[in-house]
Amino acid sequence: MPEINELKEVILKYVINEYAEEDYNLTYDSPLISSGLIDSFSMVSLKRFLEVKYKISIPDDKATPEAFDNVTTIANLVLNYL
Amino acid sequence: MTARVVNSLRVDNSKKKPPMSYSDKTKKVYTDQLDAISAAGLFKQERFIHSSQAADIEVEFPAGSVTKKVINICANNYLGLSSHPDVIKAAHEGLDTRGYGMSSVRFICGTQDIHRELERRMTEFLGTEDTILFPSCMDANAGVFEALLTQDDVIISDRLVHASLVDGIRLCSAMHDTFKHSNMEHLEEKLQLHADKRLKVVVNDGVYSMDGDMAKVDQLVALCEKYDAMLLVDESHASGFIGKTGRGTPEHCGVHGKVDIITTTFGKALGGASGGCVSGRKEIVQLCRQKARPYLFSNTIAPVVVSGVLKVLDILSESTERRDKLERNTILWRKVLSEAGFIIKEGITPIVPVMLFNAKLAQDVSRDLYEEGIYAVGFFFPVVPNGQARIRTQISAGHETNHLLKSLDRFIKVGKKYDILGKTKEEIIERYGQ
Repeated sequence: MPEINELKEVILKYVINEYAEEDYNLTYDSPLISSGLIDSFSMVSLKRFLEVKYKISIPDDKATPEAFDNVTTIANLVLNYL
Repeated sequence: MTARVVNSLRVDNSKKKPPMSYSDKTKKVYTDQLDAISAAGLFKQERFIHSSQAADIEVEFPAGSVTKKVINICANNYLGLSSHPDVIKAAHEGLDTRGYGMSSVRFICGTQDIHRELERRMTEFLGTEDTILFPSCMDANAGVFEALLTQDDVIISDRLVHASLVDGIRLCSAMHDTFKHSNMEHLEEKLQLHADKRLKVVVNDGVYSMDGDMAKVDQLVALCEKYDAMLLVDESHASGFIGKTGRGTPEHCGVHGKVDIITTTFGKALGGASGGCVSGRKEIVQLCRQKARPYLFSNTIAPVVVSGVLKVLDILSESTERRDKLERNTILWRKVLSEAGFIIKEGITPIVPVMLFNAKLAQDVSRDLYEEGIYAVGFFFPVVPNGQARIRTQISAGHETNHLLKSLDRFIKVGKKYDILGKTKEEIIERYGQ
């Protein structure tokens, strides 16, 4: 089972690669949805990426904008289903 | 009912103020939004054209002012057919023989022989298996996804597809994912990620309306074949003039007949009136005819327009003269603008954005060009990304060389005023901001 820091690194790398400009300074605690960097469509694809990569299923009612608002909260959510 | 009871039911308007369904509170919700749009400098003003759509038009702007003759370089009238005499004649004949309206949706009593004929002709023109007409391409894009896909499926769209495709995707229960603009490696990653979905549809514009760049349709076809996905391409800014015979981006890319779903419009190069269609695999079109809501619940294209589009297809089938002239005009316009020192988006399509980067500068240049007799509109955020403000010029086969050279002369005059000729992006941004 991956450690939280490893999870955070994978998620951060994915988010930067998918959504951020090259010079975008993104950290584990940067707001993603409330800042507008990720919209609701993008949240669905991020959830899908995590489910496929870690072979988990995150219930839709747990995949809230709050739970996906930064890398740390997303990693904590994923840990619950590993 | 006695007179006393009837009287008690009457409302005495002289004493009581009637309830307002559109209250001041409701009104303020909208006035606040309108004020915010104005404050942001984004309030759209219509310019009233007092002539037919053409290279030379007569415009009233601002409202109430004396009309002004200007050269139009911002219409989607790519082939110059919007006011072509043969198209107008055919439209008159259609009006005389098939009437003005249908007063019915297609499947009740709203289908004429000419609707069926236009579907057949578009199928032949686009090299597909079948075609269904819609009131507009916006409606085609709004209806096609919901008719074909469920929550078991996924749509993977280019991040810069047209707003009508985005809206259609939102109306559908399928999962939606995106890939970076024209990035085939990223698309392949997404196709692998969603490999287990029942159906996969990759969605693109054939030509992107803001930058004028073209989709890599041959590579898209190859990737879709490799990963068992369907390909949808919106050809609204391509049908009639891209490709050697104007069949669109699939012809240009050597994959004519291999795109599963094409949506396109009759409101641009193909006569410019209105209407659109979904053209593609037979079963897909049949299912749209059963389930696509804009088809089921609205009248289709009026007979007068159908007759005009049929004539447009006759003209395009007889000769490539107009698309060839458009190609020559485009090459000339791109060459002279670049040589004059403007920064343009590279490409081969007649959509030629002149990059100014700053929103106010784009508005100022557009206003000054209009004063000089050139009608070209500035685009800025949120229509294009922040810092990518531009004047979008669109070339037509209806332009003669003198239209283009006169436009160039005025562009240079205005460009000198703002000292942007020969300047780099960084120099323009340093002076005007981003």
